[in-house]
Amino acid sequence: MASVFGSTLKRREDPRLITGNGQYSEDIQLPGMLYASVLRSPHAHARIVNINTDAAKALEGVVAVYTGKDLEGKIGTVPTAWLPPDSNIQTPPHEVLAVNKVRYVGDGVALVVAENRYVARDAVDLIQVTYAPLPAVAEQEQAIADGAPILHDGVENNVAFHWQAGNATDDVFENAEVIVKQRFRQQRLIPNPMEPRAATAQYNPATGEMTLWATSQNPHIHRFLLSGILGIPENKLRIVSVDVGGGFGAKIACYPDEAMVAYAARDLKRPVKWVEDRRENFLVTSHGRDMVLDVEFAGTKDGDFTAIRVKNIANMGAYLSTAGPGVPTILFGLIVPGAYKIPYAAVDVYGVFTNTTPTDAYRGAGRPEATYLLERMVDLFAAEIGKDPVEVRRRNLIQSHEFPYNTAMGLEYDSGNYEVALDKALAMVGYEELRQKQQELRSQGRHLGIGVTTYVEICGLGPSQVAGAVGFQGGLWESATVRVHPTGKVTVFTGASPHGQGEETTFAQIVSQRLGVPFEDIEVVHGDTNRIAMGWGTYGSRTTPVGGNAIAVAVDKVLEKAKKIAAHMLEVSEEDVRFEDGKYSVEGAPTRSVTIQEVTLQAYLAWNLPQGVEPALEGTAFYDPVNFVYPFGTHICVVEVDEETGDIDLVKYVAVDDCGRVINPMVAEGQVHGGIVQGIGQALWEGAVYDEQAQLLTGTFMDYAMPKARFFKEFETAFTETPAPQNPLGVKGIGETGTIASTPTVVNAVMDALRPFGVKDINMPLTPERVWNAIEKGRQEA
Amino acid sequence: MISSTFEYERVSTVAEAIERLQAAGGEAKLLAGGHSLLPMMKLRLASPGKLIDISAVQELHGIVREPDGLVVGALTTHAHVASSPMVREYLPALAQAASKVGDLQVRNRGTLGGNLSHADMASDLPAVALAYEAEVYVVTMDGEETLQAEEFFLGPLLTAMPENSVMRSVKFRTPPSGSKSVYEKVPHPASGYAVVGIAAVVAVNEDNVVTHARIGITGAADVAYRARGVEDALIGKAFTEEAIQSAAVYASDDGMIAGDLYASEAYRRQLCKVHTARALRKLLAQ
Ligand SMILES: Cc1cc2nc3c(=O)[nH]c(=O)nc-3n(C[C@H](O)[C@H](O)[C@H](O)COP(=O)(O)OP(=O)(O)OC[C@H]3O[C@@H](n4cnc5c(N)ncnc54)[C@H](O)[C@@H]3O)c2cc1C
Repeated sequence: MASVFGSTLKRREDPRLITGNGQYSEDIQLPGMLYASVLRSPHAHARIVNINTDAAKALEGVVAVYTGKDLEGKIGTVPTAWLPPDSNIQTPPHEVLAVNKVRYVGDGVALVVAENRYVARDAVDLIQVTYAPLPAVAEQEQAIADGAPILHDGVENNVAFHWQAGNATDDVFENAEVIVKQRFRQQRLIPNPMEPRAATAQYNPATGEMTLWATSQNPHIHRFLLSGILGIPENKLRIVSVDVGGGFGAKIACYPDEAMVAYAARDLKRPVKWVEDRRENFLVTSHGRDMVLDVEFAGTKDGDFTAIRVKNIANMGAYLSTAGPGVPTILFGLIVPGAYKIPYAAVDVYGVFTNTTPTDAYRGAGRPEATYLLERMVDLFAAEIGKDPVEVRRRNLIQSHEFPYNTAMGLEYDSGNYEVALDKALAMVGYEELRQKQQELRSQGRHLGIGVTTYVEICGLGPSQVAGAVGFQGGLWESATVRVHPTGKVTVFTGASPHGQGEETTFAQIVSQRLGVPFEDIEVVHGDTNRIAMGWGTYGSRTTPVGGNAIAVAVDKVLEKAKKIAAHMLEVSEEDVRFEDGKYSVEGAPTRSVTIQEVTLQAYLAWNLPQGVEPALEGTAFYDPVNFVYPFGTHICVVEVDEETGDIDLVKYVAVDDCGRVINPMVAEGQVHGGIVQGIGQALWEGAVYDEQAQLLTGTFMDYAMPKARFFKEFETAFTETPAPQNPLGVKGIGETGTIASTPTVVNAVMDALRPFGVKDINMPLTPERVWNAIEKGRQEA
Repeated sequence: MISSTFEYERVSTVAEAIERLQAAGGEAKLLAGGHSLLPMMKLRLASPGKLIDISAVQELHGIVREPDGLVVGALTTHAHVASSPMVREYLPALAQAASKVGDLQVRNRGTLGGNLSHADMASDLPAVALAYEAEVYVVTMDGEETLQAEEFFLGPLLTAMPENSVMRSVKFRTPPSGSKSVYEKVPHPASGYAVVGIAAVVAVNEDNVVTHARIGITGAADVAYRARGVEDALIGKAFTEEAIQSAAVYASDDGMIAGDLYASEAYRRQLCKVHTARALRKLLAQ
């Protein structure tokens, strides 16, 4: 049988999705359903003096209007579920509807429920709110300055937490031969999944059961948290998210809106639906990044790295989002030394409240920010000592024989073959010739730039013990049940909750390969807390390394039992049975065999099972990984900069990634492509901008530049395969590598192009105007 | 995104449309392709009480050739304009501009008349209308009126169209024989509209002396403008690289150049200069 694992099979979810037969939360239609719309604060910071809902309530078709006061005491606050240890973290209450004070533009003030969505929306405009505006602050350094407006009573200087890790003392830097310092601004990004958030809630007064169809990357976590907010026991609360149109981290968080919708459905005893509009998605769904980073980097004149130290002032927004505090701390800090042997590393992180949308994970979450500063520093360092950036990287990369490798931040990297990936990428792009061409073009006044990133990523979150140690308020194992039905068809129930990445395909490939049943006979079920055992969802590129391995272990449990039955059927002892391609045969007498399907039928009939073996055939695993996984690779980008306009032409992009064993090359490549696009989006186009009053100026697609297909040429991608040593499938994550690697790669390339102008750094996004200004400034200074 | 409540009516003649507009007493708006009006309504930046849908008015569709130009019906879509062999032959800059409007869906729905009536400061077509010295034919309550392109665009979202009138068609004048024309656009990475858009029409005589030059620039200023400084610098000179360079420096002189979040005033001036030169260079190379 040809290997299913490792082959390109078309995504089986696609026909359903592209013919409009997906089951998104908005598609749910229930009899008697009402529609909700939220009145949101137009002010970034204001006291609520008075709310008059009379006119809204009087509008025909309006069923109910709730304000913060109406809900006080009847519904809980929205919790934060990642509390970095020893950080003195402050978690002031986040009310589902603001009671006395609004803290950012978009903060919920009232909820209207009406017979249809049009009336609901019109009624929102009829609510009269008297606000007493307060001074607002959108930028984190301004927010911690003395005299800044304070968002939450008792949170001094708006500092939500202060977290430190690692060790890189002053004397290391004082004694260093070379020190490079640089400040980077990680601009704020808006995730913009294609599908905005949506929730449909149905309450059954007879049984007390609540069903909530919601856009979620982690339905079980949402059940866990919402059960607390709503006071509905977990066994009466069902969260369903069948198809989710992307999330990129923005559908991890638990938001007020979903809770309110469920509340209203219970209160009114009618189903209620709420669908976020695009404007709300810009304003209230979590944002990403937004850090001010001061970096010191030390090394020797020969090019050895000796230390890195980072101060990170992170903008958390108006409230601490569900996983928000974990992003600029754990997910950022621990990966700061990257793929290099750096003896000393330290991070010092402040999480700051501002009058802006809360920030949380966005594709890569912390790791792109860390990788960006590191890879930029490596280039600045190489320039400082006058060496080629590739040579400097190669010199410091962790060698393949040094794994498992313990880093200065206390992680144990599992495996790697960094130079193989580097060499492959260099060969694909033709590095030496490019450098020559660059020289030639420079003499003609043309500006080619080459940018390189050799990254490592921490993903596959992760061992639960570590989750506890780093303050994540949950476990990070994953559940899987592999149920083989009497006819040999298989249903796989996974607690990881794919939201578009293609695991209905790749998970079936895992099972098909391991269990020896045809791919077509396997169905993957996800995203329903009533059908699936507790699990932790999809984020941190954990779906395959944790959820996929959970399935592998569950299959192994099935096989263990099936083997007993097979031996019994073949009338030999278990040791004499071998299993291959879905067939059990007798060692030395291969014609005496039974198929897994035949065994399964016998397992269900149970007429003649071996002693002590229970009927039926299924396996359930709760798989807790022993370590994270560490994908790695090299990305190289070639750009040409137009000195008259500052335009950046993406000439070539090469990505070599190693995510361990590749289950489906096409799906993996798709993840790489999407990741690269989003990473370059940050480098060149995207960026949320707030004005002095903390109003979001980039609140529509007219102003906020999402990357579009036409912005790109081809990406040349390849994989090297270094099997992950610590999990059964040998797999690592691939969902975020592109975002992590591409941002610094492109910026390094642009800076390389601008070297003749003495330009060292430009704040992202590198808009043509910023590039042009830097060139002009360089010219004047020359 | 949900607009506020409005009434909707579809008409089949221009006269009917005008009558309805009048009856609504300023409450109504015409609806053509809807690709400027409906987004504004969904953002609640516009809340007309009534929409009068003119998309079925047959007399407003199509392109007709006249001795001195092409008359394009107001309801002709961008896609139709972009692919019309006549437009491509006689008014290449118009075909190019229309092909660079938004994306395919927008070009399939959006209309030339809607684009010019809406008069977004970053729309593509106004630059072309200026460069081809277009005449805009408007039907009003009292009859027909002809407006010259240069007097038509007054400011952001503001035109010289009289109240309760319907744009019937636009005549783009074919430039003198031997002319070449081009549309050069810098699209905004988010909206796709023009950060600057330059329509350039140039004719030279047998001695390579410029006899006719019309430059329309959109996106850079509060309203599209004719870059007369550039035109004057070109006319009467030999059409050469040197002439282009010395003329292009005037590209931003005739407009009230405006900056925004994406591109400052200074940068837009730079873009005007650079892209005017590039547009002219393309003509030089043709
Ligand atoms: C995503 C997107 C991208 C776009 N990108 C671009 C771009 O790159 N460049 C560009 O130039 N444009 C762009 N547009 C705008 C597009 O060209 C519109 O189609 C056009 O501006 C308006 O034409 P319409 O037929 O859609 O007009 P409508 O939206 O129907 O109407 C616009 C206005 O004109 C009035 N009107 C319409 N027809 C007439 C008439 N015959 N007489 C009198 N008044 C009339 C209406 O009452 C209304 O006030 C974009 C639009 C979208 C949605």
